[in-house]
Amino acid sequence: MSQLEIKDLHISIGDKPIVKGFTLTIKQGEVHAIMGPNGTGKSTLAKAIAGHPDYTITGGDVLLDGKSVLAMEPDERARAGLFLAFQYPSEIPGVSIANFLRAAVQARMAEGEELDASGYYKRLYAKMDLLKIDRKFTSRSVNEGFSGGEKKRCEILQMAMLEPKVALMDETDSGLDIDALRIVAEGVNAQRSGPSAPGILLITHYQRLLDYIVPDFVHVMYAGRIVKSGDKSLALELEAKGYDWVKKEFAAATA
Amino acid sequence: MASSISAPTTAATSLTGSFTAEAFAAHLERVKHLPSWWLDRKRAAYARFAALPMPRRTDEGWRFSNLATLTLDGFHLPAAVGRDQLQHRELGVTGAGHLVFANNRLVAHQPLTTAGDRGIIFDTLQNALLQHGDLVKSHLLTQPSKLGSDKFAALHEAFLEDGAFIYVPKGVEAALPVGVFHYACGNGAAVFPHTLVIAEDNAKITVADFFRSDAGSRNFAPGLPLNQFACGGNDLYAGHGAAVTYIAMQDWSRGTLSFQFNATVARRDAKVLSLNLHAGARQARHESFSQLSAPGAHSEMLALTVAHGTQEFDQRTLQIHQAPNTSSNLLYKNALLDAAKTIFSGLIVVDPDAQKTDAYQSNRNLMLSDEAEANSLPGLEIQANDVRCTHGATSARIDREQEFYLESRGIRAAQAQELLVFGFFEEVLGKIEHQELHDILTEIIREKFKQ
Ligand SMILES: Nc1ncnc2c1ncn2[C@@H]1O[C@H](COP(=O)(O)OP(=O)(O)OP(=O)(O)O)[C@@H](O)[C@H]1O
Ligand SMILES: [Mg+2]
Repeated sequence: MSQLEIKDLHISIGDKPIVKGFTLTIKQGEVHAIMGPNGTGKSTLAKAIAGHPDYTITGGDVLLDGKSVLAMEPDERARAGLFLAFQYPSEIPGVSIANFLRAAVQARMAEGEELDASGYYKRLYAKMDLLKIDRKFTSRSVNEGFSGGEKKRCEILQMAMLEPKVALMDETDSGLDIDALRIVAEGVNAQRSGPSAPGILLITHYQRLLDYIVPDFVHVMYAGRIVKSGDKSLALELEAKGYDWVKKEFAAATA
Repeated sequence: MASSISAPTTAATSLTGSFTAEAFAAHLERVKHLPSWWLDRKRAAYARFAALPMPRRTDEGWRFSNLATLTLDGFHLPAAVGRDQLQHRELGVTGAGHLVFANNRLVAHQPLTTAGDRGIIFDTLQNALLQHGDLVKSHLLTQPSKLGSDKFAALHEAFLEDGAFIYVPKGVEAALPVGVFHYACGNGAAVFPHTLVIAEDNAKITVADFFRSDAGSRNFAPGLPLNQFACGGNDLYAGHGAAVTYIAMQDWSRGTLSFQFNATVARRDAKVLSLNLHAGARQARHESFSQLSAPGAHSEMLALTVAHGTQEFDQRTLQIHQAPNTSSNLLYKNALLDAAKTIFSGLIVVDPDAQKTDAYQSNRNLMLSDEAEANSLPGLEIQANDVRCTHGATSARIDREQEFYLESRGIRAAQAQELLVFGFFEEVLGKIEHQELHDILTEIIREKFKQ
């Protein structure tokens, strides 16, 4: 059983502390939704765990299957089983989706092992069909000129191809129309079944997504840490009442 | 003063280096069966070479170039070698014609066999000189050297022994690309490759020109003295409505001092696309001169460079628009690693009556190291008033977010860099429609990332 343990994590950007004591364990197959106001550190958390060089870990630890990932390079973390679906995926002109994904798949193979090209394309097309991505996209440059929804679907396609142990999904629902949301949710749910289902950290602002990808836990993040946890009904409560009551509770508790 | 008394003799040897009057006489002896007009031109060229000074710091055409490492010493006209010494690899295009030269001599020739190619002459320059002298005379090295290398261009003409001659008659479209391979073999070898392409009206041809060293010289350690000298050229002529695609792959040993001179003439409605891939040599100078000489002519001047270690790539270009409604598009992209250096100096000239000229010139540098150095000198000289000319140069580092994005998918840093370089090159590589040639270019670039 895979799991990701985030232990009392502190993250700074420059001198500025952003994440201040974040603790959470995500077990294989579980979906943890993280909600919270803008600027509270959700993307910072996800990118720092993936190893983005802009962020400094000033305290705590992140363990994947009991092993700290903090000393690893981003690519090592990814090969160890971490996946980040970006809030704002980069555009990479001149690098086709097919070449990019092939490089990512190949990076996971043993030295000297040959990629079975026809098998690779078969798998790729199957996943694309599931996510209703036109096969012509394989020859397009990564994310270049993609609509917001296409970018997000492309993130899920990568997740499907790379089969991570833990996926950190940062606002994968933003920019999606209702049909695209359903397709993306189906794509994620398809990966949730089966023995190699990843643990998922689902960052979102909208309860709507959680109707489609039903979470096991919902956490509220505020001022760099989790301030409240519950089940999916917490998301409904937030949707109805906003964050003010959480902030007040937090202020009262820390006063 | 004593130094002024001895000056004439020292100057004479340092002006010719290894390419002495005796060496030239020996060379002439080897080509004495060729037409006398050609031998006369060679003699005149040698005289020019021997009289011209080496480039000087103050020469505008050599700004930023490393002159200290330019030398004519330590080389010789190499002996013949057998084909088995080359580790030669074919073009990868089934049935395509090829010519293979090693140390200035023909070692293999696969003539064209496709029926539709009838009338195309694909032969050595020597045979062409003997059988089609007039054609050669009107196209071989007839354009002036305008970009600073008069001395080395004269050296090329003087010692040019053999090369490729490609003639496509009116209206004939070659079915397949042809491949020309030029090898330099052995320590100290000096080679003078040449490829002459004549496409008559409405003819069409694709030529791939390869420059490589033998396997022993290729694995040449940096820091050692230069081990090879290459001084080559190509002439591309496209008649009315003709289409010429010329792809050169310069992959000499890392101990080579290389010069390469291109002259392109595009006639009415002709289209010339030339792509030069620069991968090899220690120090490589490339001069490209395109003339748009009649209305509707178009020249696409493309180059890709992967510069690593302490390699220096020096590229000088001239696009002259001599007639109305002509267009040219220059795109030179350099990827620089380690302590490598590139120089791009380009000039667009629009003659007074070349109205409606559309000229573009762009040099883009991707810096993969803080120690690398990219120099750009774009230029315009416009004498017509109704034209569209754009030029520009940029240098940028790899985008950190793009790099992180790739690495976050498990792609190792080196591989991520390589992908981003290919992404950067795609704008040029994407213009090569021929799949096998595209693959060869890709492979040469990829090889550089393994070194
Ligand atoms: N590269 C950076 N440089 C400086 N400040 C940054 C950087 N990245 C994030 N921040 C700051 O860190 C704080 C947390 O940002 P983060 O993107 O993690 O928030 P978030 O919870 O994901 O917000 P949202 O819901 O709007 O996506 C913000 O104040 C933001 O301005
Ligand atoms: Mg965010």
